Amino acid sequence: MSAVDLGMPSLPHAPRGVGHLRGDRSFPDAARESLRDGQLRANLGHATSTIRAKRKAVVDEVPDWAELREAGRAIKAATMARLDEHLVALEEQVTARGGTVHWARDAEEANEIVIRLVQATGTDEVVKVKSMATQEIGLNEALEAAGIAAHETDLAELIVQLGEDTPSHILVPAIHKNRAEIREIFLRTMPQFQEQGVDADLTDEPRRLAMAARAHLRERFLRARVAISGANFAVAETGTLAVVESEGNGRMCLTLPRTLITVMGIEKVVPTWRDLEVFLQLLPRSSTGERMNPYTSLWAGVTPGDGPQEFHLVLVDNGRTAVLADEVGRAALHCIRCSACLNVCPVYERAGGHAYGSVYPGPIGAVLSPQLTGVEDNASLPYASSLCGACYDVCPVAIDIPSILVHLRAEHVEAQERTTPEAVAFRALAKAMSTPRLWRLAQRAAGLGRLLSRGKPTLPAALPPPASKWTRTRDLPTPPRETFTQQWVRERGR
Amino acid sequence: MKVALFATCLVDTMVPQVATATAVLLERLGHDVVVPPGQSCCGQMHVNTGYRREAVPIVANHVRAFAGALSSGVEAIVAPSGSCVASIHHQQAMVARRAGDHALADDAAALADRTYELSQFLVDVLGVTDVGAYYPHRVTYHPTCHSLRMLRVGDRPLQLLRAVRGLDLVELPAADQCCGFGGTFAVKNAETSTAMLTDKMANVLSTHAEVCTAGDASCLMHIGGGLSRLRAGTRTVHLAEILASTEEAVTPRQSTSPAVPR
Ligand code: SF4
Repeated sequence: MSAVDLGMPSLPHAPRGVGHLRGDRSFPDAARESLRDGQLRANLGHATSTIRAKRKAVVDEVPDWAELREAGRAIKAATMARLDEHLVALEEQVTARGGTVHWARDAEEANEIVIRLVQATGTDEVVKVKSMATQEIGLNEALEAAGIAAHETDLAELIVQLGEDTPSHILVPAIHKNRAEIREIFLRTMPQFQEQGVDADLTDEPRRLAMAARAHLRERFLRARVAISGANFAVAETGTLAVVESEGNGRMCLTLPRTLITVMGIEKVVPTWRDLEVFLQLLPRSSTGERMNPYTSLWAGVTPGDGPQEFHLVLVDNGRTAVLADEVGRAALHCIRCSACLNVCPVYERAGGHAYGSVYPGPIGAVLSPQLTGVEDNASLPYASSLCGACYDVCPVAIDIPSILVHLRAEHVEAQERTTPEAVAFRALAKAMSTPRLWRLAQRAAGLGRLLSRGKPTLPAALPPPASKWTRTRDLPTPPRETFTQQWVRERGR
Repeated sequence: MKVALFATCLVDTMVPQVATATAVLLERLGHDVVVPPGQSCCGQMHVNTGYRREAVPIVANHVRAFAGALSSGVEAIVAPSGSCVASIHHQQAMVARRAGDHALADDAAALADRTYELSQFLVDVLGVTDVGAYYPHRVTYHPTCHSLRMLRVGDRPLQLLRAVRGLDLVELPAADQCCGFGGTFAVKNAETSTAMLTDKMANVLSTHAEVCTAGDASCLMHIGGGLSRLRAGTRTVHLAEILASTEEAVTPRQSTSPAVPR
């Protein structure tokens, strides 16, 4: 080892201007809009409370859930500690089975690789399995810019795509839409309805809507020569990729086309099949509230004459190694994207997924997005939580999200180059709180707030900011004449 | 037992009657209460807002104020605030250690071992659930997030409330949902906070309780402030005040939310 400390080069974050990890507004500004949308609030409240109840019922029936959860946490922590070795093993195994592995430092590189691979097949359209990684890097937009049409095949993802909307939930991207709104989108955008004009048969009955989507998608599956998927897990010891889903659309994409391209974040690797067993129990119960998901597809490399004849795996960093370097924040990489934390989050339930400005909304998004982009690019997200801790309680891999939120808040405060009025106030308060004499003076000053109240039990609503943010909707009690400690000393002499 | 009372910055400054009630209650149960001078704050607000470094001297002050008490025969430190006790348990040593002050971290951890939230102290340490209180009102209980999830006080406050004579305890729907206070969250994300408060108040009002109680003065200030603005008629009262009430003596100037003329 060199005697001179050269220092760690700072690790690259997800680049700006590519993908969907940053919003163009701060969380409070974006939330303001969705909080006023009564329909959205009703849709979200209904959907999250239904799935919360389902999840709770199926989790409660597992006697060793706590042990299972601890196993999941421990496997993830151990895997992350040797991520480099597991990834190299994965590459060797995938290659040995006839696949090709590509490494992408960031979203730009990943998109370029995928575009090049698709172009090499000579096609100008692809079908897609629902994937957060490709959402994250903005692959659909990049493909479109390169003249390649990407068709989403997951029902909810399709709704979002046809509606020219953006996803607002990890698992149920169209959670903010109700049935009537979905029917309207289908009638407006699906070619089968446009040819016939209005279709009176398409009611907003879920079955009818699903049948319409099926007819629409079947044609796409049969035509597609290239499919693009994500992966829920990759088993290093055998080079096996896994996708877990409910609808079977994924399986159609994974088996019918000639070429399969899988885009995966580097944190998705697990060392062995035995590890997979743990996650296949934790994931479905936490995410859809099912004991087991209907479809689990596993594939390794290529098999002559069966399934895709060409397989590419694109391993994406896009800020992940920077997250890994942070000893507190790295636990966010353990996430298996079950979305349980979104469904219990009171902030998510009110503000909705779009307020987070990233493809990763809710509690996990509030810690993951700022880490992937660098905290200054998503500085309002670590504050988008009341730290109630409900997310930590439900997380199947026990990610202590509240602690990471608090840690990121400190990173943000410490990264500030200019002193803000808030910092001045907090520093002055800290000085007072750590100096008993000053603290008594500060308390007396608070007591002087009585003057404002003119003898009423509450202070007037028209206080200057930031107090006005409180008094817009809540009364602030008039401070008492005497503090408890003053009174105690007066009565008891200490 | 000799017990040191940590009043917490908010209670001491804004709702002193809560600390008074805690002292009255502990003395009524036969304990010797001391209030260590120089105490101010646990540092939670600084840590939770991102002022981790600035929290270190606050933690040091807390340790200074209470370490002496322990050496002079105090066996336990009690605070009427789940959230501050959670911070003492989960944050104080962490911020000191991160700042490289390992001696302070060790001292803070040692103090944390002796620090209890009121309901935990009563039920776990003293082994009492019936504290001899009398409170003839319809009451609903909000289990604040930090008491519930960080401290795991469980149903201890309910055990205590059930033993209060005259008290009609009514269950709060969706009790475990956050009220939307969240420290500086209430100001930084005021609209979202208000949306959460609105639902919490609707649940409180649906119980037709006269009083909504909890083990945290901060959440009560938020809920009580909202109810007062609505002129809803339901008041917020800290758990300590209810437990301190007896037929003979009702604690002075009770209720944390301002009285509303009906
Ligand atoms: S953080 Fe935990 S609860 Fe949230 S999506 Fe990830 S695994 Fe699920």
